Amino acid sequence: MTSLSPSKKSPEDRHPFVDQLERLWRNKTAVAGMIVIAIFIFTALLAPLLSPHDPVDTALYDQLKPPIWSAEGRSENLLGTDDLGRDILSRLIYGARVSLLVAVVTVGIGVLVGSLLGAISGYYKGFLDNIIMRFMDILLAFPHILLAIVIMAYMGPGLRNAMIAIGIIYIPRFARIVRASVLEEYEKDYVAAAKAIGAKDWRIIFVAILPNCLAPLIVQTTLGFASAILDAAALGFLGLGAQPPTPEWGAMIAMGRSHILRAWWVMTFPGIAILLAVLGFNLFGDGLRDALDPRLTD
Amino acid sequence: MVRSLVEVKNLVKHFPIRGGVFLKEIASVKAVDDVSLTIGEGETLGLVGESGCGKTTLGRLILRLEEPSSGEVFFQGKNILLLDKEQMRSLRKDMQIIFQDPFSSLNPRKTVSHIVGEPLLVHGLRSRREREERVLELLRVVGLRREHMRRYPHQFSGGQRQRIGVARALALHPKLMICDEAVSALDVSIQAQVLNLLKDLQEEFGLTYLFISHDLAVVEHVSDRLAVMYLGKIVELAESFQIYQSPLHPYTQALLSASPIPDPAFRRDRIILKGDVPSPIDPPSGCRFHTRCLYAEDICTQKEPQLREARENHLTACHFAGSVGVH
Repeated sequence: MTSLSPSKKSPEDRHPFVDQLERLWRNKTAVAGMIVIAIFIFTALLAPLLSPHDPVDTALYDQLKPPIWSAEGRSENLLGTDDLGRDILSRLIYGARVSLLVAVVTVGIGVLVGSLLGAISGYYKGFLDNIIMRFMDILLAFPHILLAIVIMAYMGPGLRNAMIAIGIIYIPRFARIVRASVLEEYEKDYVAAAKAIGAKDWRIIFVAILPNCLAPLIVQTTLGFASAILDAAALGFLGLGAQPPTPEWGAMIAMGRSHILRAWWVMTFPGIAILLAVLGFNLFGDGLRDALDPRLTD
Repeated sequence: MVRSLVEVKNLVKHFPIRGGVFLKEIASVKAVDDVSLTIGEGETLGLVGESGCGKTTLGRLILRLEEPSSGEVFFQGKNILLLDKEQMRSLRKDMQIIFQDPFSSLNPRKTVSHIVGEPLLVHGLRSRREREERVLELLRVVGLRREHMRRYPHQFSGGQRQRIGVARALALHPKLMICDEAVSALDVSIQAQVLNLLKDLQEEFGLTYLFISHDLAVVEHVSDRLAVMYLGKIVELAESFQIYQSPLHPYTQALLSASPIPDPAFRRDRIILKGDVPSPIDPPSGCRFHTRCLYAEDICTQKEPQLREARENHLTACHFAGSVGVH
């Protein structure tokens, strides 16, 4: 059984991270998710090089042209044009930028503020914990898109405000996850050891405890990207997110809605784009969860 | 007697149990109940008792890792419970702890160099190079090597990890070291190594130990004096040879009779205690040991015996100390 060659490191000698990467790599759906995410990020970063047309350039005589494979399709507009004659493929490619920006910023707000609140809650417990977590419960009690709409109604529409609104509604989920892990880690002796050497609270929280809470946080962050893209699209669809002429997938669907019977492609392609991006992050997130924290597997 | 380093007076720790809608305190676990003891400079005080009798809590209270419900803890004559956070932090240099579980006491995400060097960093040794030098020296003292510095805790065996814990505790040159079941999780052969290491360190650095354990053989090997705890109270306190030769409290007698003697020809009368340790939530009235004591009489259920000097320098909390049991 144990016929390992002497040069090979014993399993105990390897960093757990190596095992986790291996587990992730063996998970085919996670790898598929990773590929989709890679294409998505690649597209967003290289949008100006990849897109055949200017995404906001209107062409009044080329309205609602179908995709290339239909009878009236043209090679200039691979996926057709919308009701202002803009190239849908180019708008999708630039839309990836908007979605990536939204995902990073909103999840960033959620992770930073949420981890901070959660860590403070879990570490100090008692009264402070009650105040913070009850406030998080209040945020969670609202349907989250509705809450985002309320925040947007207060701050006014626009992509920046949409990102802030979605960021705020993401705070509780991260706060809860971090709090739960901090509570668990707090009981371990290394925390008592840190106290015993006279470490300050911030050092115990951020240097000792938080690095041990990363696994669930990373998983939740990845899954958070997926729902952020979805929520940004929902706000865009409602006309509260990115304003025209910004190429945003949700807003594109909203525009195409009125032409659904005449020009199915206007809203179908952005829909597929959203689906793929969200699916990619979800698959990868699930794979990460399996790899980082086998206990959580259903 | 030598000067005392630690003096504990009437220390009490009750952990509240909350329940109901408004989280009212409905009961409390009386983990440590009115304990007084002193630890002399340079001595090793053994603290024995069954699981759940409050030994660990007492150790943590002395370090102020937990806040006591009432009572006083003096360290070098200063009441540490009156110190503010900052004063307490700087006093922690002088008092350190070695934990029972060598797996959870080391942060799994940090290298040995970080773990052992952190106390130095926290107390102001900013220069990385000097820290590393000190860490190297400490590792050598506990019998680890240079190449261990860059490794993570999971790459070590239990005994090695415990040595890392010892190195961390030593980093600040403490005066008091609390060994909370420091060798209980180790194999017997490794236990001996670590115990001898602790003894050597005591001689080298003039350390004072509070040695908490449930293993009588281990405690006998290391301690000068011995305190026996039962359900949050100290029932017997004396020089350890006195306790091993002539225990006065029936509980101590039962404990000693249960500890194995490495001589197959030796037969002795074992005192078998009936029942379990009562719940510390609702401890028995009077003498807490009366529910299991072979010699209990009416007075034991009503009146709580005080810790008194039954013989010279031999404290015990039993109404019939010296007149019952094996002598």
